[in-house]
Amino acid sequence: MSHVKLSIIGSGPAGYTAALYAARADLAPVLFAGQKSGGQLMWTSDVENYPGFPEGITGPDLMSNMRKQAERFGAQIIDQDVTAVDFATRPFKLWTATPADTTVEPAMTADAVILALGAQSIMLGVPGEREFLGRGVSTCAVCDAAFFRDKRTYVIGGGDSAMEDTLALTKFADSVTIVHRRDQFKASKIMQARVLKHEKVTPRWNTALKEIRGDEVVKEIVLETAGTTETVPADGVFIAIGHTPTSELVAQSVELDTHGYIVTRQSVTKNGVALASAALSDTGLVAFPTMTSVDGVFAAGDCVDVRYKQAVTAAGQGCSAALDAERWLESQE
Amino acid sequence: MSDTNQGVTHLTQDTFSQILSDAGELPVMVDFFAEWCGPCKMAAPVIDALSVEYAGKVMIAKVDVDAENQLAQQHRVMSIPTVIIFKNGKEINRMTGFAGKEGYVTMLTKAMSE
Repeated sequence: MSHVKLSIIGSGPAGYTAALYAARADLAPVLFAGQKSGGQLMWTSDVENYPGFPEGITGPDLMSNMRKQAERFGAQIIDQDVTAVDFATRPFKLWTATPADTTVEPAMTADAVILALGAQSIMLGVPGEREFLGRGVSTCAVCDAAFFRDKRTYVIGGGDSAMEDTLALTKFADSVTIVHRRDQFKASKIMQARVLKHEKVTPRWNTALKEIRGDEVVKEIVLETAGTTETVPADGVFIAIGHTPTSELVAQSVELDTHGYIVTRQSVTKNGVALASAALSDTGLVAFPTMTSVDGVFAAGDCVDVRYKQAVTAAGQGCSAALDAERWLESQE
Repeated sequence: MSDTNQGVTHLTQDTFSQILSDAGELPVMVDFFAEWCGPCKMAAPVIDALSVEYAGKVMIAKVDVDAENQLAQQHRVMSIPTVIIFKNGKEINRMTGFAGKEGYVTMLTKAMSE
C-alpha cells in the first residue's frame, strides 16, 4: 500500500487538469484513470468548442494530449478503477479490488482526494433497447454510423450529443429522424441549425420512443405522438437522451443532491449554498469552494456540474479543485 | 492504436477462415475495431495485455472494420468495439461495447472451459 498527498479519481478534462496543476505544484498526484480512461470525450468525434484548437480536435486526441501534459509534469496515472473509498477517517482510503472489498488492505491512502468521476449516458428503459444493443441499437453514433450506410436511422434526444450523433449519421445513412419529446431542441443554436438544414434529417417533435422490435437486428420501432402510436420501419436507433452523474462510488461518503450530483461549496443548488454558507470566512469569502461535505475531499467536472457540463468548464473546475487541494494541504501542515 | 503488437494477429478477408480453422480447438477472440472509435482505443491496451497473458491458451486477433468492411458485415458487427469468440470456426460468444478487462476475462474463462 502506498501513501500519497493527493489522489485524483477520474480521467476526463476535470481529472487530467487537476493532475496537471497538482503535479506542477509538486504534490506528486496519483490519478486513477479507470479502465474507461478519457471520459465522455472518447465517444465524440470533433470537439469544436475547446479553445486553443481553431480547426477543432477529435475527442480521443484531446484526451490523449491532456493525459500526456499531466504526465509530463510528473502526475502518475493508473489505468484502474477505484472500486471503494473510505473518507470517514484520514488518511482517506481507496480500494481497487474487484469486486469491491474493504476488508482487504486499501490500494492507496491519501491526505486529500479530488473526485472527477464524470457522468454516464442514460438509457430509455423501453422494451427491446437492451436486447438489440449492438444489433441496431447504439449509444455511440460516432463509432457505429458507418455500419448504417443507406439505412433508416433514428436518433433519440434533443441536446448537443443528439445533434452530433445526427450529423455523424448523415454521412452514411439514407435518412435520420430525430425523435424528441419536446417541440424544440435544447442543443446549441449552431448545432441545431446544422442539423435542421440537412436534407437527410427530419425532426419528430413531441414524440417518444416506446418500443424497439426486430428479429436478429432491429426492424421497426414504435413511436408515440400526442397519445397516438405508430410503428415505423427502422434499421438503427441511437440513444442520446442525456447523462447522469457517476457518483455511486461516493454515495455513502459525501453529500449528494437528489439527482446524484456531488455537492460542493460552489454547487449552484440549495445544498451547495448551504455548504457555502457554513464555510464563510470572517472576511466574507467561501473557503475552498470545490470542497465537498468532507474536509479534504474535493470534486470537479460533470459529477458536480448541474448546469454547464462542458469540457472547458470541467477543465476549469479541475484546476480550481487542484488549487483548493494545494492550499488546504498547506493549511493542514 | 498499435498495429505492431507481437501477440495480436490482424485478420483480413483472405486470412480469416484459414487462421480460424488452423486454431482448431483453441478459442479465438476477435476484436472488431476502427481507428476513429474512442471506446476501441480504451479497449486496445486491455486486449493487447490479454494476448500476452493468455498466450498459448487463446488466440487473440483483430479486425479493422474500415479495411475489412465485408468481414464486419459477415459477422453482423454493427457496433464497435465488438469482441467475438470463435471455437472450431464457430461463434460461441460476443460482447458489444467496452466492458473492461473483467468482462473479457469472464468470456475467455468461459470459452476455455467449454
